[in-house]
Amino acid sequence: MSDKFILGGKEFNSRFILGSGKFSLDMIKAVIEDGGAEIITLALRRANAGGEENILDYIPKNVTLLPNTSGARNAEEAVRIARLSRELGCGNFVKVEVVRDSKYLLPDNAETVKATEILAKEGFVVLPYMYPDLYTARDLVNAGAAAVMPLAAPIGSNKGLCTKDFIKILINEIDLPIIVDAGIGSPSQACEAMELGAAAVMANTAVATAGNINLMAKAFKLAVESGRLAYLSGLGRVLESSGEASSPLTGFLQD
Amino acid sequence: MPEQMNIMDEVLEMYNKYDFNKFTATDVRNALAKDRLDYYDYAALLSPAALPFLEQMAEKAQKITRRQFGNTIAMFTPIYIANYCENQCVYCGFNCKNKIHRAKLNLDEIEREYQAIAATGLKEILILTGESRSMSGIEYIGDAVELAKKYFSLIGLEIYPVDVDEYKYLHERGADFVTVFQETYNTDTYAKVHLAGQKRIFPYRINAQERAILGGMRGVGFGALLGIDDFRHDAFSVGVHASLVQKKYPHADIAVSVPRLRPYINNAEENPKDVHEKQLMQVMCAYRIFLPYASITISTRERAEFRDNAVKIAATKISAGVCVGIGGRSEEEKGDEQFEISDPRTVDEVADALRKNGLQPSFNDYIRLI
Repeated sequence: MSDKFILGGKEFNSRFILGSGKFSLDMIKAVIEDGGAEIITLALRRANAGGEENILDYIPKNVTLLPNTSGARNAEEAVRIARLSRELGCGNFVKVEVVRDSKYLLPDNAETVKATEILAKEGFVVLPYMYPDLYTARDLVNAGAAAVMPLAAPIGSNKGLCTKDFIKILINEIDLPIIVDAGIGSPSQACEAMELGAAAVMANTAVATAGNINLMAKAFKLAVESGRLAYLSGLGRVLESSGEASSPLTGFLQD
Repeated sequence: MPEQMNIMDEVLEMYNKYDFNKFTATDVRNALAKDRLDYYDYAALLSPAALPFLEQMAEKAQKITRRQFGNTIAMFTPIYIANYCENQCVYCGFNCKNKIHRAKLNLDEIEREYQAIAATGLKEILILTGESRSMSGIEYIGDAVELAKKYFSLIGLEIYPVDVDEYKYLHERGADFVTVFQETYNTDTYAKVHLAGQKRIFPYRINAQERAILGGMRGVGFGALLGIDDFRHDAFSVGVHASLVQKKYPHADIAVSVPRLRPYINNAEENPKDVHEKQLMQVMCAYRIFLPYASITISTRERAEFRDNAVKIAATKISAGVCVGIGGRSEEEKGDEQFEISDPRTVDEVADALRKNGLQPSFNDYIRLI
C-alpha cells in the first residue's frame, strides 16, 4: 500500500518529524537514522555558518530541513528570519513560530497568521505552529499555509495530547495536513495522535531527554507507523458503556 | 485596565515577609512536590531547612533545566572596556577610592580585543565598564556596541543604569541584553555599602531592567551579590524581582547570575550568612525551580569543578576565556581587574569539559534583528 506523506510538493515515507534543539549535535545523525525521520526542524538562530558547532554541519544532506523562526516576537521578525533562512541555503520550508511569552512559550496565533500570509506569497512552504483554534486554522488555510501544526501541550512539557479534542476538530474540518507539534511525551501519545488522523507528529524533548535516545527514536518511529496504520484501517467502534447485549428488548419479535 | 503594580514596592514588601529560620522539612518537601512554586515554597527552598534536601533539589533542578534547555549550554565572554568608576562600593575593586590602574580602551584597542575573542569562536559577548558616565559616556559605549556587531551575534551590556531613551539608543546600535545587579535588596545595607556615587540611588537601579525593556532591549539580567547581607533574603528578592518583571513584560527574556562574596575561611565561628558552595548551589537550584524559564549564568568567580557541575544541574550559560582586566587579550593589560577569577580556562577547554559531561556547547543561539 502506498501511503506517501506529501508536503510542499515533496513526498515523504516517514511521518515522524524530529526536532533538533535539545540534542547534542553529535547525536543528531544517529537519531535521524534510528527514528527514520526525513524532516528535521532546527532553530535558524542555532545556525553558525562557518563557525563552531554549527548545527547545519551535523544534519545529513538527504534530510529535508524545516527551519523555524524561534526568537521572533511578531510577524515582521518571523518574516525576516525566514528570509534569512532561505538566503543561508536552508531551502524554502519554514516553520513559523511567533512567541512573545518567555514563560510558557505559547504561540501568538494572530501574528502567526500574518507571517504565514506574507511568506506564502513569497513562495515559502509555510508550516505554522499554533494553538489549536478552528478560526485561526481556517485563517491559516486562507493565508496559504502548507500544513497546520497545533500544539498538543506546552512545548517541552512531555504532557501529551492535552488539546486532543481541539486537534480532532482541526483534523475533521481543515483540508490541510495536521501535524501535531509540541508536548508529545511518549510513543503511545504519538501513536494516539496518528490514530486520530494527524498527518505527522513532531517530537524533540521526549526523545532528547530519554534514557536511551537511540532506542526512543526507534520507539517513536514504530509508534507513528502503528498509529498511521490504525487510522488507515479504520478503528473499531467503542461502546459508551457495558458490553453489547443481544437485543434484550426486541429479541421476542418474530419474522 | 487594572492599575499597574509598582515592582519596587512589591519586591521591598516581600523582602521581609518570611523568617527563613521558621521553615520546616515539611515545607521543603511540599515545595519539592510542586510543579509551580508560590513565594512561600520558593522561600522554603532558600531556608536552612532545605540544606539537607540539597540532593533532591539538585535532582529537580536538573530535570527542569534539561526539559527547558535540552543539552545546550550557551558560551560567552565578558570584555571590560574601561574601569573608571564614580561609585564607592566598599566590596568592589573598582571603588573610586581604590588606587588601581585606571584605563579605558580606545576603539582600535577594543577592536583588537574583539578580534582576539572572535578567533576563539565565541558569538556572544558582554561589554562591561566601570560606572562612570563622564569617562565612559553613552556614545562611547554605543560605538563599542556598533563595532561589536561586526564580530558577534549577541551583545549584552553590564554598565551603569541609564534612562529609557539611552537604553533605546544602545539597543538601536546593536545591544540586546542588559544586566544590572542590585547587589542587595536590604535598603539599609545598600546605603551602608554604597558610600558615594549615582549607585546610592536604590530606586533608579532597581527599576533599570524595566527601563531597558521599555527601551527595546530583548532581555534583562538580575543578581544580588550574595554575602553582602543575608543571602537568603537577597536571593529571595532576586527571584521575586525577576518574576514580577517577567509578568509585566512577558516577552522579555529573563536571566539571573549568582555572584557571591567568598566567606573568610579562617573565621572561628561559622557565620550563618556565609555563602559556601553548598549555599550557592542551594540558591542556584531554588532559582531554577522557581524560574524554570530563566537563563542562569555561572561566572569565573567560581572554580572550574564547581562550574562544570553547576551546568549539569542548573546553570545554562558559562563564560570562558575570561580576562577581567582592561585589555589583556590582544596585548598587555592597561588597567587592573575588578576581582580575581578562579577559572582561567580557555574557550576550547570549557567547551571540551561540557562535551565530556554530555552537554552541547552552543556558540550561537541568537539572530540580531536590528
